[in-house]
Amino acid sequence: MDTLTHPSPPVALSADGRERLVVVGNGMAALRTLEELFARAPGRHAVTVFGAEPRVNYNRIMLSPLLAGEKRFDDIVLNGHDWYDAHGVTLHAGDPVVAIDRAARVVVSRAGRRVPYDRLLLATGSDPVIIPVPGSALPGVVTFRDVDDVDRMLAAAASGGSAVVIGGGLLGLEAANGLMRQGMDVTVLHLMPTLMERQLDESAGHLLQAELERRGLTVITRADTAAILGSDRVEGVRLKDGREIPCSLVVMAVGIRPGTMLARDAGLTVERGVVVDDLMATSDPAIVAVGECVQHRNTCYGLVAPLWEMAKVAADRLAGRECAGYTGSVTATKLKVTGIDLYSAGDFAPAKDRQDIVFRDAARGVYKRLVLKDDRLIGAVLYGETGDGPWYFQLLKDGTDVSGLRDTLAFGQAYAAMAEGGAGANPRNAVASLSDEAEICGCNGVCKGTIVKAIGEKGLTSLEEVRTHTKASASCGSCTGLVEQLLKATLGDGYEAATAAKPICGCTHHTHDDVRRLIAAMGLKSIPAVLQALEWRTADGCHVCRPALNYYLLTAWPGEYVDDSRSRFVNERMHANIQKDGTYSVVPRMWGGLTSAKELRAIADVVDKFAIPTVKVTGGQRIDLLGVKKDDLPAVWADLNAAGMVSGHAYAKGLRTVKTCVGTEWCRFGTQDSTGLGVKLERMTWGSWTPHKVKLGVSGCPRNCAEATIKDLGVICVDSGYELHVGGNGGIKVRACDLLVKVATEGEVLEYTGAYMQLYREEARYLERTAPWLERVGLDHIKARLVDDPEGRKALNARFLFSQSFSQDDPWAARASGGVDRHEFAPLAEVG
Amino acid sequence: MDQMITWTPVGRVEDIPVQGARVVRTALGDLAVFRTVTDEIFALEDRCPHKGGPLSQGIVHGGRVTCPLHNWVIDLATGEAVAPDHGCAGHIPVRVRDGVVEIAFRHA
Ligand code: SRM
Ligand SMILES: Cc1cc2nc3c(=O)[nH]c(=O)nc-3n(C[C@H](O)[C@H](O)[C@H](O)COP(=O)(O)OP(=O)(O)OC[C@H]3O[C@@H](n4cnc5c(N)ncnc54)[C@H](O)[C@@H]3O)c2cc1C
Ligand code: SF4
Ligand code: FES
Repeated sequence: MDTLTHPSPPVALSADGRERLVVVGNGMAALRTLEELFARAPGRHAVTVFGAEPRVNYNRIMLSPLLAGEKRFDDIVLNGHDWYDAHGVTLHAGDPVVAIDRAARVVVSRAGRRVPYDRLLLATGSDPVIIPVPGSALPGVVTFRDVDDVDRMLAAAASGGSAVVIGGGLLGLEAANGLMRQGMDVTVLHLMPTLMERQLDESAGHLLQAELERRGLTVITRADTAAILGSDRVEGVRLKDGREIPCSLVVMAVGIRPGTMLARDAGLTVERGVVVDDLMATSDPAIVAVGECVQHRNTCYGLVAPLWEMAKVAADRLAGRECAGYTGSVTATKLKVTGIDLYSAGDFAPAKDRQDIVFRDAARGVYKRLVLKDDRLIGAVLYGETGDGPWYFQLLKDGTDVSGLRDTLAFGQAYAAMAEGGAGANPRNAVASLSDEAEICGCNGVCKGTIVKAIGEKGLTSLEEVRTHTKASASCGSCTGLVEQLLKATLGDGYEAATAAKPICGCTHHTHDDVRRLIAAMGLKSIPAVLQALEWRTADGCHVCRPALNYYLLTAWPGEYVDDSRSRFVNERMHANIQKDGTYSVVPRMWGGLTSAKELRAIADVVDKFAIPTVKVTGGQRIDLLGVKKDDLPAVWADLNAAGMVSGHAYAKGLRTVKTCVGTEWCRFGTQDSTGLGVKLERMTWGSWTPHKVKLGVSGCPRNCAEATIKDLGVICVDSGYELHVGGNGGIKVRACDLLVKVATEGEVLEYTGAYMQLYREEARYLERTAPWLERVGLDHIKARLVDDPEGRKALNARFLFSQSFSQDDPWAARASGGVDRHEFAPLAEVG
Repeated sequence: MDQMITWTPVGRVEDIPVQGARVVRTALGDLAVFRTVTDEIFALEDRCPHKGGPLSQGIVHGGRVTCPLHNWVIDLATGEAVAPDHGCAGHIPVRVRDGVVEIAFRHA
């Protein structure tokens, strides 16, 4: 390989003997260059970073999910303050550099800072283009480039109304989607006949437009903006053909222009961008430039992939290493609109010397177009199914001769490998066959070799660890599957997918946590909506995912979501426990373990009347009637209801029992009314749906006869108040509780219990009991939310009580006398 | 011995919940009649090949049902348990005429 040498400018060292590196721009290219530099020459430079934005470096491409409400700012931070501290980097955030004095080698900032440099790194990114139509300076006209823009859009969206997005390219469509998710009526104006014409051919552009319109977006193509209307602020947009569209927000997303003003003023060579050579040097050898602000071999870029490569070269240069230099990048695009799969790479303009392979499957909404020239792939447009995008991209970048693959190229990599001789049907082999340079994570520019190396050298065994160490799949997550396959391929059987990152089931690649987050963020309110928006692979899920989705929807939209009985396990649908012979058991509630002659008499009568074979006292302080025939259930319940009894939910992922002891009422050691408190707790919590079953206990003194310290929440009464213990259970793996807090009054016990139940409902994964949940998130986390944050605790309790207001109807009564689900209990027909 | 098949009406399609099932009682035991999310109708003996669980009470997904007792997954079209499990729940021919579900009964 050719290597280039460095014309090193003379260097005057800083006071501590280190080279002074000043960085202008605190964005993605700048910080990636610093990361690469610190990996090569740690401690060599005294680094000062100036950033115009008042914040740390974040992943700009994730502004779209930020706007859509799918991510929070914390999720998209790339380098937090601790990173700057750890590397001794001085950050002046919110203070742009206004001048570079090249003769004196000093930069001057807006706040008046003058900082001398030996080396300067210029990474000022680009500026959004604003088309100079009348009204373009009105308040309410925004661009889409940084967090402040997103904040402005969110503020506008908060008051509802309509928005117009000018520009139907990647940025414009992502902005439009985000605003629509935030509840605005959005119209996209696009000058060209089809959307994203720079990345998509006409067919894919039409498919995309149809899908966006189906989701509620209005798209006007061939729309030439004449003026933005309004006197004090935006009121609408007028097109050249005279049409007017009223709106309170206009987003200009018509393109970007390299940010070159500073360089131009400093006298550097600037054309469209700051001109750099293959070593990223500007016309001043002391100044290096990277990112969207540069022009390299006549090209300016607007995507992140090139800047990862530029950063490596710039870091080599700053570290004084030899390197091969930067030769330019081929780029690929992916639209980040959840639920739309679209990928494009290379060049697909029609020409005589090119051949097209087109694949359409209208039923599945799949369209692929591959463009070949001289038996090489030079362009690819994929819509609806993009899993093979990275493979095509690799073929394209490598200039592989695809004449042998031609017939099956459109079917993708797995098929091609199969055709070649067997290995490929298995996706593990597919990923194994990728080269080390193959890019796995486009958002963070991580290639296969880096991940494999990190797995080996750092002993990584889980997806979470790979995310932390390499950032692969830490952003949009669309490469999660690939990363997992790499873990499998690298570690072989040693790899057990961590529960955290495991998809819910084979129907989806989403994890429990992702699904729950996206349900709220995307406002999904039914199981079909979730399956559609999150691209489930099966038509209607399976017995694993549907109950989980039903639960997440129920907690996300209390009072609004209607429980889907078809997605409940038999016991929760029948409100009784199925037995091995297909009969059922019936367990009425006995509040806090108390019963009465009247209740016992009613139970005895029911047993006689329906010839129930077994009556048993349960381990949960109540009575179980076993062997009830399905058809008899409504009548049994009606009789129990008549005596004032309701369902004990012995079948539910919900509150089961509150076990109590006798307490002060009778016991000579009792310190508080443990039975009475147990009854109050059960009255407050019964009927709630939770990720898994919940059992409470109240013991009247530390002798703990109610076994409260192996309950999901247990109260131990003492003279001075109540100790609250959490996260215990008997069961398969016994776990004793941890002490959460001690409180003085019953009122506090109730408030803590409501808040704890709600925190568990909102955070635990479906079928995760409190004990494993607590061990996963840590007792400190639960304390921070419940003990250290009284306001938060009150809010959680209020949310719990709100949702309880919809769930405390006796399901037995609804079926025994209300006619609910009658079909469950009667045969369709009797024949023969 | 010759066998005769009679198509016997047992109810209307809309009497069976989507993604659900109803039971048909017969002298030879219960049958489960399923309706999938795409409105296809299938019938099986209401006995799981594992330990006899009532398949009519399971969760219906795609063309399959998951047994309520120990989660075996049974293919509705064939009655076969889906790998890794083995076994078959007797499969009964069924057809729909003008919205009426008819089941094929065999007589000697
Ligand atoms: C009836 C009862 C046994 C008895 O005769 O005493 C019982 C019966 C069943 N238990 Fe239990 N458990 C019963 C008290 C308990 C207890 C004791 C207690 O609550 O103090 C425990 C240990 C304490 C705990 O949960 O922390 C207990 C731990 C389990 C477990 C293991 C849970 C775990 O986290 O490991 C299961 C399995 C599960 O839920 O997945 C289970 C599951 C079951 C199921 C539901 C099995 C099933 O899925 O069909 C049984 C249903 C029988 C039926 O039809 O009624 N049962 N089960 C008790 C009903 C209590 C009630 O009044 O509601
Ligand atoms: C909404 C959105 C979505 C995107 N989606 C994708 C995508 O899906 N895929 C993709 O590949 N790319 C995407 N991009 C493009 C990608 O974000 C950019 O290519 C990348 O951020 C460029 O990095 P940079 O460091 O050159 O510029 P930036 O990240 O913009 O960093 C430049 C920084 O320098 C600061 N600055 C400018 N002048 C000064 C000064 N004088 N003094 C101090 N600081 C200054 C700026 O404020 C800015 O913070 C997207 C961009 C946006 C806005
Ligand atoms: S211990 Fe086992 S056998 Fe006994 S009731 Fe609980 S689940 Fe059934
Ligand atoms: S009886 Fe059906 S799975 Fe066991």
